[in-house]
Amino acid sequence: MASVAIRDVYKSFGSVQILHGVSVGIEDGEFVTLVGPSGCGKSTLLRMIAGLEGISGGDIAIGGRVVNNVAPKERDIAMVFQNYALYPHMTVRENMAFSLMLKGAPQEERNTRVKRAAEILSLSPLLDRYPRQLSGGQRQRVAMGRAIVRDPQVFLFDEPLSNLDAKLRVQMRAEIKELHQRLKTTTIYVTHDQIEAMTMADKIVVMHDGQVEQIGPPLELYDRPDNLFVATFIGSPAMNLLKGQIGTSGFEGAGGISLPFPARPGVAPGMPVVVGLRPEHLRLSDDGFPVKVVVVEPTGSEVQLIGRTPGGEEIAANFRERHAFRPDETIRLSADPGLIHLFDGQTGKRL
Amino acid sequence: MTSIPAAAETRATSSRAPLSESKGFLSFWFMLPAAVLLLVFLTYPLGLGVWLGFTDARIGRPGIFIGLENYEYLWEDGVFWLSVFNTLLYTISASLLKFALGLWLALILNENLPIKSFFRAIVLLPWVVPTVLSAIAFWWIYDSQFSIISWALMEMGLIDHRINFLGDPTNARASVIAANVWRGIPFVAITLLAGLQTIPQSLYEAATLDGAGRWQLFRYVTLPLLTPIIAITMTFSVLFTFTDFQLIYVLTRGGPVNATHLMATLSFQRGISGGQLGEGAAIAVAMIPFLLAAILFSYFGLQRRRWQQGGGD
Ligand SMILES: Nc1ncnc2c1ncn2[C@@H]1O[C@H](COP(=O)(O)OP(=O)(O)O)[C@@H](O)[C@H]1O
Ligand SMILES: [Mg+2]
Repeated sequence: MASVAIRDVYKSFGSVQILHGVSVGIEDGEFVTLVGPSGCGKSTLLRMIAGLEGISGGDIAIGGRVVNNVAPKERDIAMVFQNYALYPHMTVRENMAFSLMLKGAPQEERNTRVKRAAEILSLSPLLDRYPRQLSGGQRQRVAMGRAIVRDPQVFLFDEPLSNLDAKLRVQMRAEIKELHQRLKTTTIYVTHDQIEAMTMADKIVVMHDGQVEQIGPPLELYDRPDNLFVATFIGSPAMNLLKGQIGTSGFEGAGGISLPFPARPGVAPGMPVVVGLRPEHLRLSDDGFPVKVVVVEPTGSEVQLIGRTPGGEEIAANFRERHAFRPDETIRLSADPGLIHLFDGQTGKRL
Repeated sequence: MTSIPAAAETRATSSRAPLSESKGFLSFWFMLPAAVLLLVFLTYPLGLGVWLGFTDARIGRPGIFIGLENYEYLWEDGVFWLSVFNTLLYTISASLLKFALGLWLALILNENLPIKSFFRAIVLLPWVVPTVLSAIAFWWIYDSQFSIISWALMEMGLIDHRINFLGDPTNARASVIAANVWRGIPFVAITLLAGLQTIPQSLYEAATLDGAGRWQLFRYVTLPLLTPIIAITMTFSVLFTFTDFQLIYVLTRGGPVNATHLMATLSFQRGISGGQLGEGAAIAVAMIPFLLAAILFSYFGLQRRRWQQGGGD
């Protein structure tokens, strides 16, 4: 187990810069997810930690040792690939024991370590099968087994669940989390799925276009997104954004809607702002702003509603109660002033 | 797992009757042209060859059946046995060299070279040139007076007299093998290169993280995943080499003192040049057991390895 420090790291492929100065500190035993839209450079960063890609600038340290020029096999990390990368010509047992064999570990040690890992992952009955003879979820487990057997300082996962169906994904998500709670190995987990990131991580790193947008525990990102990107990326359904400005007693938006909230420091009347409202924080209230119902989607546990403000902005709301809304009906919504997010209209930063 | 094939089978049987009638009818007509071609151009000459081997046919005179007489004669014939030895030596050493050099070349071409496609095109050249043309080129290269190799080595001061490439039995054998290797490498290299490219990069990355060095990557990832392709490629290569005729015929005609006579060239010499059709055919027929052995060997070598088989147990 070890801490990982990524300090002002740059990466260019030829003349194209992919990472523009990324800094992340990961503590010993922490489960960190790197999350962001496709192509933002998550895999590249992970592969740089693994040593599969060179580092163009800055440095990466594992357990306090700068590894920029350390060969991958000396870094003592294990990686689970998106396509699992199991050796097709080796049985599950051989796949898992491969790194031990290369190290020249005695047969006995290989057996006990493979056996232990197989038990943790319930792979024992499959040890003599070849990867082709396994289902997707089983292959996923073997890939994890191969990582566990090595007992590395750091686990790296690159979208390990994206080839699985939705149900299995939820199940494996829980298994990986449980595994981490059991082994307490520092884990860096790449995903583009914010739900995966939220549910699994101790700490989330939100990336966008080769830059870190925000780092923090899941609920902090949810409660206090630093900027508009994080605000819309974290949370499902996504946060509603309404453009407008600060009036005398709160927010004034397009179509004459207003949302009162107490004065905040650094927010002066007339300032252009964007207000963020989470769908689950909206409630029916007679003194709220008007919304015309467009679509109603009851899911059983809640009612999801999509509506339109007088200014033509789309707005989503979730209700725990079973309201019977009808399309084209006008309802009034408001939010607790404490749950209203305010962003600078120009920079998109949180106010 | 077990219930799925069973279900599939019942479905198949229930719909078999009407389907198979039209299917069998259609497939008969689809296969007819191919079957006729095979019969006319493959089975007939092969059958005729085998038949001729049992006759004393000469050019211009149909023979009569003489049983195993041709074979009895060959059994006692030292030149025939020499040609068998030569053929085996030629095939085995040329194939081994082609494999080693071809694999090496494929590995180099699989690296990220700057002008990769250019190199790949170059490598194909020896194979694209007609055999006879390259044989003639080698004839000049090996010429006792004008050999460029002799000339170059003499200029460099490494030797003081010309090498007698094709006049000395040992030299001649080495020379024809070298020419065959030169010609056969592209096929091996390009086929193995195609095989190398089917190996996913992520396997190499995973193995690197598992601690494999360059040699171990080759030993534990490349080689096992390439084995099926190696088996196919080398089967073809062995068959081509064993039946080689053109190179020898142009370079040495089997000489000196039959040192480079292969079964194919001997068969041609006795059968066509010497007019003893029956005997020539018998020599050619004697090649069949060797070829069959090679094919059987590769058939068992080629059988899908367990790890290649999908699904089930
Ligand atoms: N080997 C490479 N050469 C050139 N560009 C690359 C290479 N690998 C990745 N990229 C580019 O880097 C960007 C980030 O890629 P990646 O890290 O895979 O994104 P993510 O994993 O976040 O989806 C992409 O625009 C991709 O095209
Ligand atoms: Mg990726």
